[in-house]
Amino acid sequence: MTPDLMEAGAKALAEHRAREAARPRFVSEEPYFGQGVALYVEDITVSFDGFRALNALSLTIDVGELRCIIGPNGAGKTTMMDCITGKTRPDSGTVFFGSNVDLLRLSEPQIAQIGVGRKFQKPTVYEQLTVFENLELALKADRRVRAALFHRLTGAQRDRIDEVLLLIHLKDEARRTAGLLSHGQKQWLEIGMLLMQDPRLLLLDEPVAGMTDEETERTAELFLSLEGKHSLVVVEHDMKFVDQLTEGRKKVTVLHEGSVLAEGLLSEVQNNEKVVEVYLGR
Amino acid sequence: MTSSLLGARGWAALIAASLTVVVLIPLLNLAVPAENLFHLSDFYVGLIGKILCYAICALAMDLIWGYTGILSLGHGLFFALGGYGMGMYLMRQIGLEGNYKSELPDFMVFLNWKELPWHWALSDSFVAQMLLVVAVPGLLAFVFGFFAFRSRIKGVYFSIITQALTFAAMLLFFRNETGFGGNNGFTDFKRILEVPLGTPGMRVALCVTSGLVLIGFFVMARAIVQSKYGRVLQAIRDAETRVMFTGYNPVAYKLSIWTLSAVMCAVAGALYVPQVGIINPGEMSPAASIEIAIWAAVGGRATLIGPIVGAFFVNGAKSWFTVAFPEYWLFFLGALFIAVTLFLPHGIVGLFRRRGRSE
Repeated sequence: MTPDLMEAGAKALAEHRAREAARPRFVSEEPYFGQGVALYVEDITVSFDGFRALNALSLTIDVGELRCIIGPNGAGKTTMMDCITGKTRPDSGTVFFGSNVDLLRLSEPQIAQIGVGRKFQKPTVYEQLTVFENLELALKADRRVRAALFHRLTGAQRDRIDEVLLLIHLKDEARRTAGLLSHGQKQWLEIGMLLMQDPRLLLLDEPVAGMTDEETERTAELFLSLEGKHSLVVVEHDMKFVDQLTEGRKKVTVLHEGSVLAEGLLSEVQNNEKVVEVYLGR
Repeated sequence: MTSSLLGARGWAALIAASLTVVVLIPLLNLAVPAENLFHLSDFYVGLIGKILCYAICALAMDLIWGYTGILSLGHGLFFALGGYGMGMYLMRQIGLEGNYKSELPDFMVFLNWKELPWHWALSDSFVAQMLLVVAVPGLLAFVFGFFAFRSRIKGVYFSIITQALTFAAMLLFFRNETGFGGNNGFTDFKRILEVPLGTPGMRVALCVTSGLVLIGFFVMARAIVQSKYGRVLQAIRDAETRVMFTGYNPVAYKLSIWTLSAVMCAVAGALYVPQVGIINPGEMSPAASIEIAIWAAVGGRATLIGPIVGAFFVNGAKSWFTVAFPEYWLFFLGALFIAVTLFLPHGIVGLFRRRGRSE
């Protein structure tokens, strides 16, 4: 190695360190998606009192991909989402958003801010606020106290809220209190709140639970329209819904006892002996 | 959404309230002769002034409990600390007129102290002491809240800890060595800002000040709950995890409203002490803090006006009951609380709102 190369290297390192030091504490670095991967989950293990909820689980989600995850109860689907969103810290393993952001270093709000949105199994909306206000709070904006105190909606932001209201079929309910919505409508509202955040990656935990067939159908259409713009991870039990989403060509991941049991097309995994055994019992 | 702060009727009511406080009360007390039917006696001016201070506490409780969903059972502590801050200044204003004719407050002479303890250093200055009235409870609330909220202490656990906090402070203030007059506290005040206390003019002035502070706080609270910040607080109350996964850090929001609420109580305490003429550790008793929560619940949580109504209703009833049936007051208070919890989840104000809607 020549001396000038070493000098250049030392200089680059010093610059890198200065950049690191100057980085604001709360807003983390921009995730980098140049390698085409939105999420790397590698070897994560979580135990609760000796019970292994996740066992060396690895998973990769590509940019713009729509991935369905299925598995029997207790397979670790929700725990996996907890690890990605900062709710649970795994005992070992790594989770990266893009190729550079270590999610295990960040808190729940920070992870949400850099572009990971999560929908819970049970719809959680702000019941005492109106549908419009629910969306307004989710709108991508400065999340600090002072900014919230003096916040005024701009025309563009209002338009964006109207746009999402149309998308989730709640335009006529905008002024209603969210607590008065039907179960399916609350699910839609929560999905709408995720869209307001404009996340790169959406994690959806049983998004069609409690929906009518028609609502389920429309949800599938909505998700398919989001594919490409966002990466989506959908955990679902409803095989008909999964079939609709995968359109016979997308990968499905089967989780069992905290790790990946099989991966492939829905038709393939449905005929996989191990999968059949897990679902039907030995 | 971005409606005006109060609406036409709201502004009219606010102006009416301001006029009542600034014009009507002084007029009825000072200008109308005592034998006239419309004369407002000194007793009632004192009572109204006192209840106005309680109403400030109830309003502060509404911001933290009604809107943010955090039940504090230790707000009496901040009220008392504000009161002690004012009391220290009032003790120094007694000058040489105490029983022992000493430079030092009587209780210090009694304890055979030769000079003022360090924490009385600023007690001769009204301005400095008023800054302490805000700063000390504010700082205590901030530090306590920081650790409690960061550790994600919630619900009944938080309530119990606040209750323990005020109880611990009460035991501390009961001790003579702490330098706050032990179980007797401070009393026998003579004047404020060199002006004698206990004159009709001063009584009215303090009552009017309390009323104006309450109105000012009300407008501020209204602006807060109508802002996006206020909606985040309500969102924290309804679904805190959703708030976190939407990218808000609830700690900052809870801590700011918690500290503000504590400071409001402290200001109320500082206004209260010159009107009642005494402050002692009894104000830090767990029951005193629980009463604040009862006023808010009886009036109607998350309405701002409700807790003010509740403070007037409960304390008005108290002042009548404790004369008419002194031994039954606590039974009545308990029954009232149970009745409100069971039958009026939205309090007195909720009753009127529902009636208004069904008509």
